[in-house]
Amino acid sequence: MRIKNTILFSLISTFFLIFLISIWKILATLQGLSINSFNIEIILIFGFLISLAHLGIGDRIKSIYKSIIFSSIFVFCDGYLIQKLPIWYNVGVFLILYFFTNKISKYTFIGLKEEHSTQVILFDFLTLFGILFFSFVILFPFYMMLVTSFKTQIALLVNPLDFSINFGQDIKDLFKSYFVIFKSYKFGKYIVISTIVSVGTVIITLLFAIPAAYAVARLNFFGKTFLSTSILIIYMFPAIVLVIPLYTIFSQLGLRNSIEGLLIVYTATTLPVAIYMLQGYFKSIPKELEEAAILDKLSWFGIITKIIIPLSIPAISSVALYVFMIAWNEFLFSLMFLDNPNSFTLSRAIQYLSGDAETPRQYLMAGSVVVTLPVLFIFVYFEKYLVSGLTAGSVKG
Amino acid sequence: MNDTLANTEKKTAYILTLPAVLLVFSIILFPIFANIWISFKEVELKDIRIPEPRAKKIVKSISDEPTKIKILYKLRNSSLIQEIRDVSFQDNFPKNFEIENLDPRCSYEKYNLKCEFGNWPAKYRENFQVIFATNDGSSIDKKNLKSIKPKLDGKSDNILLNTNFTLKNFKKVLFENEFIDLLLTTFYYTFFGTVGSIVFGILTAQMVNQKFYGRTFMRSVLLFPYVAPVVALAYTWELLLDPNSGTLNSLLLNYQIIETPINLLGQKYIEISILGFDFKLRLALTTVIMFEIWRYFPLAFLFILARLQAIPKELYEAADVDGASPFQKFFNITLPQITAVISILFMIRFIWNFNKFEDVFLLTGGASGTRTLPINVYQQGFAISDIGMGSAVSIVIVVLLLMFMFFYFKLLGKRVDEN
Repeated sequence: MRIKNTILFSLISTFFLIFLISIWKILATLQGLSINSFNIEIILIFGFLISLAHLGIGDRIKSIYKSIIFSSIFVFCDGYLIQKLPIWYNVGVFLILYFFTNKISKYTFIGLKEEHSTQVILFDFLTLFGILFFSFVILFPFYMMLVTSFKTQIALLVNPLDFSINFGQDIKDLFKSYFVIFKSYKFGKYIVISTIVSVGTVIITLLFAIPAAYAVARLNFFGKTFLSTSILIIYMFPAIVLVIPLYTIFSQLGLRNSIEGLLIVYTATTLPVAIYMLQGYFKSIPKELEEAAILDKLSWFGIITKIIIPLSIPAISSVALYVFMIAWNEFLFSLMFLDNPNSFTLSRAIQYLSGDAETPRQYLMAGSVVVTLPVLFIFVYFEKYLVSGLTAGSVKG
Repeated sequence: MNDTLANTEKKTAYILTLPAVLLVFSIILFPIFANIWISFKEVELKDIRIPEPRAKKIVKSISDEPTKIKILYKLRNSSLIQEIRDVSFQDNFPKNFEIENLDPRCSYEKYNLKCEFGNWPAKYRENFQVIFATNDGSSIDKKNLKSIKPKLDGKSDNILLNTNFTLKNFKKVLFENEFIDLLLTTFYYTFFGTVGSIVFGILTAQMVNQKFYGRTFMRSVLLFPYVAPVVALAYTWELLLDPNSGTLNSLLLNYQIIETPINLLGQKYIEISILGFDFKLRLALTTVIMFEIWRYFPLAFLFILARLQAIPKELYEAADVDGASPFQKFFNITLPQITAVISILFMIRFIWNFNKFEDVFLLTGGASGTRTLPINVYQQGFAISDIGMGSAVSIVIVVLLLMFMFFYFKLLGKRVDEN
C-alpha cells in the first residue's frame, strides 16, 4: 500500500512538473528560442527521482535548502548539459522547480499512509493543474492579440513563432499599427461613435427601465403578472429572427446607417433584462420609506427620483455597466444596419477591415486591442458590479 | 376613496410602463409577426427599396447670351422593377426669371415651375430641358441656381404591403435535402457547445472554490472571454489557427507533433483512427464548438461558483467525519447540490447557442460544414438576397425554439411537482 501510494504520488507530481516545464518551453519558443522537443522522457525521470528523493530525505534537511538543491541539480542537468539555452530560460526553469519542490514539500511518507491520500494528492494537483491550464488557455489569445499588434508584417512571416518585442526601437515604430489604424482607417471616429452609441443606450435604457421596473415592483395594475413573465420570455427571443423585418423596416424608414437606428434597437433589446434586474432590487427596498413619502404628498416622480434612485445606486450601476458592455460588444445589428464607413461602430469597423484580404494582420490585432481594452478595463475596475449584472442578466448570450 | 386610490395607482403604473412596453413591442414583438408575413412572400433585397423619382439638375450657360440659361434635369425612376405613378415635379427660380419654352406637361406661375409627368415605368429615364431668360437683363448666378433642389413626388406600390402570398419559401426551406444537414449541424453545435461549457464551468468553479493565492484574480481572468468583444476574439482565434502562419500550427510543427499544417477552420472532415476504428470528425465544426465552449464556459462557471459557495460547510464536515474521499464528496454532495443550477444553465445556454450567429459567422462564415440555422438566415436573406427565404428560416427557428421551451417547461413543471 505504501509503495503503491509512493509511486502514484511521484507519478502525479511528475506529470504536473512536465506540464509546467512544457508551458515554459512554449512561452520560451514564442520569444524566439529554438526548442524543438519537450524532452518529456528526461523530465519524467528527473521529476520521478526528485519526488522519491524528497520523500526519502524527509525532514532531515530544511525544506528551503532541499528545494534549492533539487532545483539546482535539475537546472544544471537540463539546461547546461542538454540544451544550451540563455540564462533567463534557466532562471525560469529554476523558479519553476523551486515552486514545484515547495508544492510537494507538504507531502510526507507518513502522510501517504493516511486513508484516501492518493485521492487528496490527485485533487490538489488537479486544482493546481487546472489553475495553470485555464490561465494559459484563456490568457494566451489575449497575449497574442497584444503582441501581434506590435510586430511588423515581415517579422511575422519570417518567424511566426517569434513574439518577442524589441523595446529598443523607436516609439513610433513600436506603435506603428496603432498610428496607422487611427490615421488611415479613422479609428478615432469609430471610438467616438461606439462610445456615443453605448453611453446613449445606457442612458435611454435607464430612463425607460427605472419607471417601468418601479411600477412592476410596487404598483398593482391589471396585466402586471403578464408583463413581468413576458419580460423574460421576450428576452429569450434571438436577435437573428428580428434582423430581417427590422432591416426591411429600417431601410424603408431611412434609419439604416444612422446612430438613432442603432440606439432604438439596442435599447429595445436590453430593456427587458434591465427591467428584470431593477425590479428585483426595488422590491428589496423597505416599503415604509415610500409610505412616509406618500404622506408627505410626494408624487410618483418624486418618489422615484428622491427615494428609489438614491437607494439603488449599486443596482443601477450594475445595470448601466452591463448594458454598456452589451452595446459596446454588439455585432449582429451593426453588421446589418451599417454599411457606410462613416457610421461604423468599432466592431463593425474591425470586421470591415478584415474583409479586405490585403489588410496586414497587425492592424487587425491593433484594432482588436482598441475594442477590447476599454471593456476589460471597465470589467476589472468595476468587477463587483459587473459580476452581479452578469449573473442576473446571464440569459444574454 | 379606496377605489380612486387604486385607480390612480393603475393609471400611474400604465404611464410608467407604457414607454418601455411600446418600445419593446415595436422592436421585438412586431418584427416576429412581421417575419411571418414576409415569410409567405416572394421578396428580394432589391424589392424593399421604395422606388423614388429622382432628378439631377445641370445648369448650363448659353454662349454669347449672358441673360439666358439652359437647365437640364436628368429624370429617372430609381427602381429597376417597379413603376411610379403620378409623378409631380416642382422647382423654384429667382424673381426675375421668365421661361422661354414651356413643356405642355408643365406650368410656370410665380417663379415656380410645376410639372405633372404621369406614370414612369421601371428604369424610366428622360432628359428634361428648360431655358430661362432674365426679364431685367441682369446676368445669372449659376451657383445660386444649382443650390435650389427640385422636389419630386410619386406613388408606388410597396411590395411588402400587397396581399400576394406564396408557400414557396417554406417548401424550399423544408424539402430541400440540405435541411436535415442544417438541422444536424445546428444540433451538434448547440448540444456539444452547451455540454462542454457546463463541464468546464463545473471544473473551474470547483477549482476556484478552493483557497489559493490569487483566487480573486483568477476569477476575473476566467471571465475575460465572456466580457471581451466577440469580433476581437474571433479574429485572434483565426490568426492563432491559421494553417500557413498561425501560432498553433507553427508550434505543433516545431515540436514535431504534426507533419503538415492542419486547416482547423477550413477543413470539413478529418480522418481519425483510435484503437483501430477509423472515423471522420467534422473538423471545422469541432473547432467552432471549441471556440464556443471557450467563450461561454465563464457563464456556467459564475453560476455554479455562486451555488457552490452557498452549500453549507456542515455537509462537508459531516462527510469528513464519516471518512469520505474527495471524489465521494464531489459526487455525493457537490453534484446533487448543483443539479438545479445545471438544468437552468442547460436551458439558457441551449437556447442561446441555438441562435448564436456572430461566432460562426466571424470564424468561418458558415463554410466547411459549419452552416447553422442562424447563419442560413443571413445567407438566404443577404448573400442570396432572398428576404422571403430568410424570413422563412427565421420562422423555423422560432418554431423549434418554442417547441424546446414548451418541453423544457413541462419537464421542469413535473420536477417541481415531484419535489
